[in-house]
Amino acid sequence: MNHLLKILFIAILFSFNHYAVAEENAEGHNTAFDPLVMIAHHISDSHEWQVISYTNSHGEPVSISIPLPVIIFYKGQLHGFMSSAFAHGKAIVKKGTTNFKLYHNKIYVTDEEGRIALDEENHPINEQPLDLSITKNVASMWLSIVLILWLFISSARKYTTIPSKPSGKQSFLEPLILFIRDDVAIMQIGKEKADKYLPYLLTLFFFIWINNLIGLVPFFPGASNLTGNISVTLVLSVLTFLITSFSGSKTYWKHILLAPGVPGWVKIFLVPVELVGIFTKPFALMIRLLANITAGHIIILSLFAIVFVMKSYYIAPVSILMGLVMYLLEFLVAALQAYIFTLLTALFIGMAVHEEEH
Amino acid sequence: MEGISLTAVGLGFIVMGAGYGIGRIGQGAMEAMGRQPEISSKIQTAMIIAAALIEGLALFAIVIAFMKG
Repeated sequence: MNHLLKILFIAILFSFNHYAVAEENAEGHNTAFDPLVMIAHHISDSHEWQVISYTNSHGEPVSISIPLPVIIFYKGQLHGFMSSAFAHGKAIVKKGTTNFKLYHNKIYVTDEEGRIALDEENHPINEQPLDLSITKNVASMWLSIVLILWLFISSARKYTTIPSKPSGKQSFLEPLILFIRDDVAIMQIGKEKADKYLPYLLTLFFFIWINNLIGLVPFFPGASNLTGNISVTLVLSVLTFLITSFSGSKTYWKHILLAPGVPGWVKIFLVPVELVGIFTKPFALMIRLLANITAGHIIILSLFAIVFVMKSYYIAPVSILMGLVMYLLEFLVAALQAYIFTLLTALFIGMAVHEEEH
Repeated sequence: MEGISLTAVGLGFIVMGAGYGIGRIGQGAMEAMGRQPEISSKIQTAMIIAAALIEGLALFAIVIAFMKG
């Protein structure tokens, strides 16, 4: 048994070294391993879904990835093809009279030779088409949607057919749903109005939580940084903003626009602050989720990058141990951020629907 | 990579301030729970909301730091 553990440990060490070499070659740098490039590659969205990358026995980098459909809209025309046509950014895709090229995971319009013009700060100045592609994040989100639908539809069906005590998935989900209902929705919104907003709060909690967890899975169908993507958190916070604004009672708007019971000269300052507050609250929600999840991914990747920067096997146990601790912390953060997003949404809705009682 | 930027130093100060603030909230909540364990769930909710507001402030600073580069 002891022997087996030693072999396993050495195997893990060597597999990480393997990984480092492949990463260097795939990026085209034969000089030093750049942790920033590796981290940026792992936390950003991509047009293909990388399964594995390694160096074969001839020392050539091999990258196995699933090509995803690219959908671009340019000058009134819709183009669709698989991302494998880009050949990891090496090939130019010709559609009609326009040429498209992939450069640092973004699609640009180029000339026949596929030249990318750069400004002083090394940002491309080529025109970008409207990119509606099914990227890694979109595919990952669909996967999570399928997972959530299966989880909830199958356990909801059990309640209609077998009226007995919960079992299996049900006994895991029921306490969580009851927790959101009793300790979040009813506590913040109130017993009479909570039912109306409960479906949204439950969807929010489970969508964020399950996507956080999928992001923590370190191999193929996971590892996407979906809840650390600003578009996703933007949509979630805009939904919260719309629901809060449209369910605002007369009292809520009166307190924001007229600030009753406040001296006249204070109103001049208070009303603009309150008005800005309507927008900063969902904005903070958006940034909080994005920053927490992205920061977690960056910390774990940085801890593993230490091994490749130091180029030593002796660093690996320290980095793996620290990485493990961070991973456990991230499990907590995954649930906590979903809870905080749901709780604050419930709190904002609760403030909005509150009626005057005197 | 080229020396220490003022943005990074400023972020350090903000993290110090936010950490101190959240630490004080945690301390206050712990003491309150110790005194009145029966309402600890309410205290916990209030603690998380207050901590989230301070965290929001720190995150605004991070966003501005990112925008400045």
